[in-house]
Amino acid sequence: MQLIINGKPRSFDPSSFSVADLVRELNLEGKRLAIECNGEIVPRSQFLEVMLVEGDQLEIVGAVGGG
Amino acid sequence: MSKDIKVSDLLKIAGNSYGSRLLVGTGKYQDFAQTRAAIDASGAEIVTVAIRRTNIGQNAGEPSLLDFLPPDQFTYLPNTAGCYSAEDAVRTLRLARELLDGHKLVKLEVLGDPNTLYPNMIETIAAAKVLVKDGFDVMVYCSDDPIIAKQLEEIGCCAVMPLASLIGSGMGILNPWNLQIIIANAQIPVLVDAGVGTASDASIAMELGCQGVLMNTAIAAAGDPVRMAGAMKKAVEAGREAFLAGRMPKKLYSASPSSPTAGLIA
Repeated sequence: MQLIINGKPRSFDPSSFSVADLVRELNLEGKRLAIECNGEIVPRSQFLEVMLVEGDQLEIVGAVGGG
Repeated sequence: MSKDIKVSDLLKIAGNSYGSRLLVGTGKYQDFAQTRAAIDASGAEIVTVAIRRTNIGQNAGEPSLLDFLPPDQFTYLPNTAGCYSAEDAVRTLRLARELLDGHKLVKLEVLGDPNTLYPNMIETIAAAKVLVKDGFDVMVYCSDDPIIAKQLEEIGCCAVMPLASLIGSGMGILNPWNLQIIIANAQIPVLVDAGVGTASDASIAMELGCQGVLMNTAIAAAGDPVRMAGAMKKAVEAGREAFLAGRMPKKLYSASPSSPTAGLIA
């Protein structure tokens, strides 16, 4: 399936997997981040349950230096 | 005696108390080590952070800001820098709340123009209404318009933060008269945010009666950021003490010399 992650398309072998799987796949495990899927926040507590499918648009954000 | 005053003179925002009245940004530093050293020198307890897309190709072991500024040691103030609409600002802060485990204290800023970074107050007010209703404690960056500042208070913001001058300009306090009106009318803390260039600017803000000062570039873009951070700490403290002490009245000239008029040699 293809997902749009932070504005860029990325392809993955499975046709569907969970947000937790995506985090692992992207090597982001243990990082403090927040994820939005199609404009809706996915709470960390639901990473295992929320399944991603073809075309889902994800925003993955973190805290950076700013004023 | 002055120590007693300092202990009891805390900055109160949204039900929490802070010993430092200097709030600092975490952007524009050489590296995270310098960010941390400057923040330590500033004595700041509240630090602003921006919310940005995570670098996906990133090396898993690469250090992050949070490694150098652990969220359990500082109060994070996530901002909406770079947002030009109420919708984007609200969305950004909802992500920040999720990112920071339900953290409610936020800095709202909605910009109106990329050249000046002047705030768009119509969008800011729209965002403030949504955020307050959504349970956020909103510290709001705003123009120095006293009517707007009062409206933001009435909406339920926990602090108003008028600009001293444009973001990153270092031009200092350009309209102390408006700031004084805002302070006189406010029942919530007024902090100067943006425009401070050097220590005296921070002192002036505090002498006017501001409850605090928020700055980033004045420290980060100084020749020696860590030293300037220390200077700002002293400047904010000095300005606050001067405000509490109450300054002497200004007079064009004085017929009251400081030395005795009697006992002069003949």
